[in-house]
Amino acid sequence: MKELRLMKGNEALAEAAIRAGADAYFGYPITPQSEVIEYLMRENPADRTGMQVLQAESEIAAINMVYGAAGCGKRVMTSSSSPGISLKMEGVSYIAGAELPCLLVNVVRGGPGLGTIQPSQSDYFQAVKGGGHGDYKMIVLAPATVQESVDYVKLGFELAFKYRNPVMILSDGIIGQMMEKVELFEQQPRSKEEPEWATVGKKEGKDSVIVTSLQLQSEEQEKVNLRLQAKYREVEKNEVMYETYNCEDAEYLFAAFGSCARITRKAMEMARKKGIKVGLIRPQTLYPFPADAISELSERMKGILTVEMNAGQMVEDVRLAVNGKTPVEHFGRFGGVIPSPEEILEALEQKIIGG
Amino acid sequence: MSENTIKTPENLVYEKTSVMTDRVLHYCPGCGHGTAHRMLAEAIDELGIQGDTIGVAPVGCSVLAYYYFDVDMQEAAHGRAPAVATGIKRVLPEKYVFTYQGDGDLAAIGTAETIHACNRGENILVVFINNGIYGMTGGQMAPTTLEGMKSSTSPRGRDVKTMGNPLKITELVAQLPGTYFVTRQSVHTPANVRKTKKALKKALEYQKLNKGTCFVEVVANCPSGWKMTPVQSNKWMEENMFPYYPLGDIKVPEK
Repeated sequence: MKELRLMKGNEALAEAAIRAGADAYFGYPITPQSEVIEYLMRENPADRTGMQVLQAESEIAAINMVYGAAGCGKRVMTSSSSPGISLKMEGVSYIAGAELPCLLVNVVRGGPGLGTIQPSQSDYFQAVKGGGHGDYKMIVLAPATVQESVDYVKLGFELAFKYRNPVMILSDGIIGQMMEKVELFEQQPRSKEEPEWATVGKKEGKDSVIVTSLQLQSEEQEKVNLRLQAKYREVEKNEVMYETYNCEDAEYLFAAFGSCARITRKAMEMARKKGIKVGLIRPQTLYPFPADAISELSERMKGILTVEMNAGQMVEDVRLAVNGKTPVEHFGRFGGVIPSPEEILEALEQKIIGG
Repeated sequence: MSENTIKTPENLVYEKTSVMTDRVLHYCPGCGHGTAHRMLAEAIDELGIQGDTIGVAPVGCSVLAYYYFDVDMQEAAHGRAPAVATGIKRVLPEKYVFTYQGDGDLAAIGTAETIHACNRGENILVVFINNGIYGMTGGQMAPTTLEGMKSSTSPRGRDVKTMGNPLKITELVAQLPGTYFVTRQSVHTPANVRKTKKALKKALEYQKLNKGTCFVEVVANCPSGWKMTPVQSNKWMEENMFPYYPLGDIKVPEK
């Protein structure tokens, strides 16, 4: 049954976690994402599904609670915003190393440091290039709407368990705070499965289960790294998601993700009215990155402009994908400033068409 | 005398518990970890909860504890064992959950996790091995290093004016309403070993009551880190550690 509601991004995401059959949420307040834990505490999902919610003493504790519960084979989630996500990165590295599934949400705000509480996309590098120590990858989903925030919670848990890997939803202060119409999916039952890798108590006649990311022998650690890399290649092969708009006849291309892609779409429509044939590619997965699609598109483009609420991060991945086939430039506003469609169009005209 | 003549039924008065694996311990000769491991394993064995117990290993000398305990275990990041144990216990409230941590792990980098798990009254057992030094990294000063005690990062002895005071974290957590049973023991004599095992067994039994955190400190020696023989280290521990960290129950359940 279709259930339509008008909801704030963060609250919709929290409701989606309950409905996705999450077993536990561990979090810590930080603007602009505190509504996630506030909603969960208010909703008291223990009564609805048995889902546990706990406010931890820090983001560090929260991510390590996630590690513990995920190690028991449970569907576990945490959320935070940029400075808090930095604190969680130690734990994320351990989770990736121990190959545990979990869902993280980053409602990004401007940085560095304490930065600003306004929306930003300046954590792109942190999300897609590792963030914590060691060679690892998170699967990174970038919603552009409240609806996608909801849908990616369900998808995120599925991918996390399919690959036993941390999945991050890279949202931002716009999507977290704005209200939109959203269609909620039906309540999923909490899983009763006990995966063989989960610590749920040693089974008679079986070896005890150990959840660890430690290998003291370098050859053994290399085996772990090779296994992880093989997994990441599978992810790259299977899970790329993106949308294109007006690319069929386009001579120029915008590349933008998340909330910034919505503003860029408006700039694209304005450009079309002026007779500029420009299209847009919107990566929905930032890792794995739609490199092949961008590479293919670049062959018939006179130039590409990435539009980001940062000083130029995704542009590096676009340039790698394009590999010199056409000029690639970046336009960004940062520090919590949101670009206007007018200035995006102007940047296209100056940096790409006139460039 | 051959092995077979020793292992006759009437001679078998004590066996290795099956909750400990056959792996050779990596601990230094004379170190208290092996005995502390064994007492915890025996307590789990005697309570018949091997299949219902989940342990959390720390970062420190006992980082590989999961090789020795034959129960499901998780390896935590440095200091985070009480948070990891919280995550486990919250989703598996019927299981017995313990952490096994050293002083650097529990009382320095993990102080917040320790205090807050105890303050929430998480129904877990925290086993705290206090030898006043960072053993694994080679004998640096720990939060529990005694005043004047030498280590590789306090080569002229701990100067409390600049390096802070040895932290009595066990007394500290005993103040919190969330803790149910807090005790300090040792494993350097047979009598003390028996007391430690009794405390561990009691602590695990209490977990069924859901009354709060049980916290068992074991004051231990570190012959390598202290640069002493095992015998010297035990004597030194009695003369120097016990006066500052007196043995005995600190908080017992109200009758």
